[in-house]
Amino acid sequence: MSFIELQNVYKIYKNGVTAIANMNLKIKKGDFVFVIGQTACGKSTLIKMLYREEKPTKGDVYVGGVNVARLKNNKVYKLRRKIGIVFQDYKLLPKLTAYENVAFVLESYGYKEEDIKPRVIDALTHVGLKEKLRSYPHEMSGGEQQRVCIARAIVNKPKVLVCDEPTGNLDPDTSKEIMKVIESINTDLDTTIIMATHDKDIVNRMKKRVVVIKNGVLVGDYEKGSYKVDEAA
Amino acid sequence: MKPLRILGRGFSNAVKSVFRNLNLSIASISCIVITLLIVAFAIILSSNVNNFTTDIENDLTIVTFVNKDATDEDIEALKENIEALPNIEKYEYRSKDDIKNSMQNENDTFNKIMSEWEEGENPLQACFVITVKNVEDIGETATTIENLENIDIVKYGEGMVEELLSIFDVVKKVMIVAVIALIFVTAFLISNTIKITIYSRKNEIDIMRLVGTSNAVIKLPFIFEGLILGIIGSIIPILCTIYGYVFFYDKMGGVMFTDIITLIQPYNFVFKVSILLLIIGAVVGMFGSYKAVRKYLKI
Repeated sequence: MSFIELQNVYKIYKNGVTAIANMNLKIKKGDFVFVIGQTACGKSTLIKMLYREEKPTKGDVYVGGVNVARLKNNKVYKLRRKIGIVFQDYKLLPKLTAYENVAFVLESYGYKEEDIKPRVIDALTHVGLKEKLRSYPHEMSGGEQQRVCIARAIVNKPKVLVCDEPTGNLDPDTSKEIMKVIESINTDLDTTIIMATHDKDIVNRMKKRVVVIKNGVLVGDYEKGSYKVDEAA
Repeated sequence: MKPLRILGRGFSNAVKSVFRNLNLSIASISCIVITLLIVAFAIILSSNVNNFTTDIENDLTIVTFVNKDATDEDIEALKENIEALPNIEKYEYRSKDDIKNSMQNENDTFNKIMSEWEEGENPLQACFVITVKNVEDIGETATTIENLENIDIVKYGEGMVEELLSIFDVVKKVMIVAVIALIFVTAFLISNTIKITIYSRKNEIDIMRLVGTSNAVIKLPFIFEGLILGIIGSIIPILCTIYGYVFFYDKMGGVMFTDIITLIQPYNFVFKVSILLLIIGAVVGMFGSYKAVRKYLKI
């Protein structure tokens, strides 16, 4: 079995909208996969199913051998400790500094203080924010806030990093920098990356595997692919 | 020790959070202060009403007049018979001369008249003043005493006593229900205020959930925070209870309007009420937070 595997997955919301229809997908450990498609095509639903924020209506979703679809609610937190999540809107706690935003994850897992500090500093150094440990989110630019979000996602050394439009709120130059950080996590830490985006430039430049979703259906899967506007539209 | 570490962090995060969300903390504390002040007032009032009715109940006695021609042996036998009855707490025998003396001491007119009585002349009747154990069975006990030999008249305020007891019973029950209802209203108000303040921190809870924090660890600082707010919120009502009641007691001289209605002594009583307020504040604060945060933890 692949590291991540979706088998005949459907997601139909209560209002009758089908977000994902009969999706089958395999992702190997260490892969870097872009999930592309138009707004409301089902990208985010697919991403959310990986960390069990959404539950499939039918089918199975395996992450690291665990069937996420059948996971009991009280076990979900264990799954999320193995997955790093990067959000479009960063989701930082506004009253905590960059250091505290990253450290609280490990604190809440019950790590010892002496173990937390080096790991948090490592993670923030990896994203290039060693100098901003004591800055609050409102004192940082969008790109810096996203870096903190990435540092928080990788601080527990997850096996997979799930990114939901991480460059959606950033300008092209900052987006490039963020992508460099994410790519380095893939290469340096051998972390599997799944990233939903509709940023053509990034997809076309990076030449990674591309999965195309249209109206909830997987319509294309290309190794070293590019963003084909016709297909995604 | 991981659980202890998590517990310690939960507490220190709760303390930080109280100050970081100072406005919300003040809102919650104000609500707790106001509602607990009302609860404190209700507890003090109901305790005093309870105390007053119990005092009156304890003062209820049966007065039994003995036949004028009863001999000393008859009276001794009567004492034994009364003593043997199950509902008797204590009794006091007052001979004709005792009654005469006390009446003479109480009133000058009586004194004048009675002092003119010749030696051995005393038309008064000796009596027993009996206190019962269970005031609700006072009527039954009176009837039993009435049937004893050499008993002339038995008086215990028939009719009025029963009415008084049933009124007291209703008053006590109403007071207890009122205090319990008030505590529930307090719990509801406090828990809702905390719920509103936690709503503004829904984002924070969401983030914790998404990064893999277990529900128990998410709840912990909120529960501690509720506890801290509850304890802080109960300080002012406790101070008002202690100083306010002592001041009121001294000002009123320990009685309310008339000497019959005595107030409960402040010492001990105010501390008991204070502990109760502290417990209500802490428990309701904790429970309110727990309920509120649980709502946002559903996946």
